[in-house]
Amino acid sequence: MPATITSAPLAAFVEGVGLLGPGLSNWTQGRQCLDGSLRYESARTVLPLPMALPSAERRRAGAVIKVSLAVGREAVDASGLQASELPSVFSSSSGDPLNCHEICSQLASGDRLISPTRFHNSVHNASSGYWSISSSAMASSSVLCARDGGFAAGLLEAMTQCAVAATPVLLVVYDAEYPEPLFRTRPVPDAMGIALVRAPQRSERSVARITLPGDRYLTTNAADTMKDPALESLRQTIPAARGLPLLQAIAKVQARLLSLGYLDDVQLAVEVAPC
Amino acid sequence: MKLHPNHPVSPLSPLWISHFTATSAIGRGLAPTLDAMRQRKSGLAPCHFDTVDLATFVGEVPGVDDVRLPEELAEFDCRNNRLAQLGLVQDGFAQAVAAAAEKYGARRVGIFLGTSTSGILQTELAYRRRGPADGSLPADFHSATTHNTFSVADFARRLLGLQGPAVVVSSACSSSAKVFASAQRMIAAGLIDAAVVGGVDSLCLTTLYGFNSLGLMSAQACRPFDAARDGISIGEAAAFALLERVPEQLPGDAVLLLGVGESSDAHHMSSPHPDGLGARMAMEQALAASHLEAGDIDYINLHGTATPSNDVAESKAVAAVFGSGVPCSSTKGATGHTLGAAGALEAVICALALRNGLLPGGLNTQQIDAALPLDYLTDNRELPARRVLSNSFGFGGTNCALVFARAD
Repeated sequence: MPATITSAPLAAFVEGVGLLGPGLSNWTQGRQCLDGSLRYESARTVLPLPMALPSAERRRAGAVIKVSLAVGREAVDASGLQASELPSVFSSSSGDPLNCHEICSQLASGDRLISPTRFHNSVHNASSGYWSISSSAMASSSVLCARDGGFAAGLLEAMTQCAVAATPVLLVVYDAEYPEPLFRTRPVPDAMGIALVRAPQRSERSVARITLPGDRYLTTNAADTMKDPALESLRQTIPAARGLPLLQAIAKVQARLLSLGYLDDVQLAVEVAPC
Repeated sequence: MKLHPNHPVSPLSPLWISHFTATSAIGRGLAPTLDAMRQRKSGLAPCHFDTVDLATFVGEVPGVDDVRLPEELAEFDCRNNRLAQLGLVQDGFAQAVAAAAEKYGARRVGIFLGTSTSGILQTELAYRRRGPADGSLPADFHSATTHNTFSVADFARRLLGLQGPAVVVSSACSSSAKVFASAQRMIAAGLIDAAVVGGVDSLCLTTLYGFNSLGLMSAQACRPFDAARDGISIGEAAAFALLERVPEQLPGDAVLLLGVGESSDAHHMSSPHPDGLGARMAMEQALAASHLEAGDIDYINLHGTATPSNDVAESKAVAAVFGSGVPCSSTKGATGHTLGAAGALEAVICALALRNGLLPGGLNTQQIDAALPLDYLTDNRELPARRVLSNSFGFGGTNCALVFARAD
């Protein structure tokens, strides 16, 4: 008899959303593309300068830092919570691919003396570090990678933290485009980020309730797709965009049982309901 | 929903570390690791890794490149995954995981591994073989299964036959300490019944030349807490633990994970907070999560990298929480700084210390820095320690402290 303990469903409330990606300039505009009130048109992601960073850091900030700080800020502002007091989960499929390319190019050249800034920006937790510095956030930050399943892995970690520690949590999932020659081995075409602030209790700002259905949170049901071909293309080419079906259910104020792309053999089952 | 900045700690149930193993420059598996601790042997040697032309010492694991991955996992072949496999087959660890998967179901066992650079060496090598015409990478370069940060958890999950949740935690040098926190939360939430946690990081040019660029690497074997310390020695390691809920009956020398503390410095990308404020928060939270007071801790395994700034900031933080009376040491003089594997490696060293009543003295330290007010051990001490704490900090200002205890 397996000593399995039956899991109770884990629930959390979405207090704020941040969104930035190709043709998606923020959650206000993006939710209209997702609920069908505005036609979605793909366009290069416009990355804002991370004004919260000191000027030297701002100058050196790459796409991953810009996209992650922008969506994190949008979600936290919408939640009305203090960024300085929120624990966070950062999940990215690849960190900063351009920085990685520059380091590998230099190491393959005759001059291996890479720049110190390039090196400390090469850590997978660079975005998390800049986020904590720019928002004076001293709470814990979990920094994850699950390759293409980073949205689901981040959601799972954030849901677990929210439930077990009974605290609001910021989730930031983000990717940046790959330069050649890495692009040919992993064709991620552009930067994109999704951020969600979730809280254990409902508030007047709650926009949705998300539940992991207990024992059935891992599913072999195929991942849900987007009906709009351009949005589906986005979902398939940028790992962070695997969260789009969840954002669409929130935008459409729908109750759905979703399967979100996670690992090769299992997907993440998530129930979403309007508040 | 106002939170106290010093974050609320919700105590989770302790977990039983039912199996553990470590492979580093001081040995493959527990017996040689313990032997090296007893004999005070260092695994550090002058660096002859690959084509590296830096005057430094490294803690290289011998024989990593002789490891052959199973044919069906050939696309995962890279130094980091070879080291992972070498580590997983020591001490019957893989068999213990298989037994847990049988007992609980393969979907009820999660895997949480820490790494900082994963298989980046494979990418560095591929960049030396770019096509002359179009600069393309060679056809035998597999991005998903070697280069990607997730590669090591994907590989280990397949090798172990697990079907549960899987993730890599990659927060520089705290990575494989923080996996204990993620696993403990997921077990507490009831989503899994057991977890493989660990860390794997292997030598590569990015970290060797990178730490060199920051002026943080010593030209000799690193000397933590020495007055003349001048930087780190990089090492590599694969260390793992199997976490399960605490059963009613346990042998007295069984080792438990009591609690974890995590924080961020919010100060600087590559320098610790000068007073170790974030480090202090992590230690205080780990104690609170373990229902312990500072006086309950018998030994501290320090992060102790041997950079001037880390050892100053860490000793201030430790002194602020514990005073100067708790025996402590850094084991990086023996193993080198194994970066993303350091948390798990030092967790295993703590487990060996608890099980064997042996507090390992730090190696290479000739003259303890008088400005660092701690009881820093430079010799082994036989002491029946009951509870120990291990620190791991990293770039980006990430901090994690773990508390382990004997079951008796």
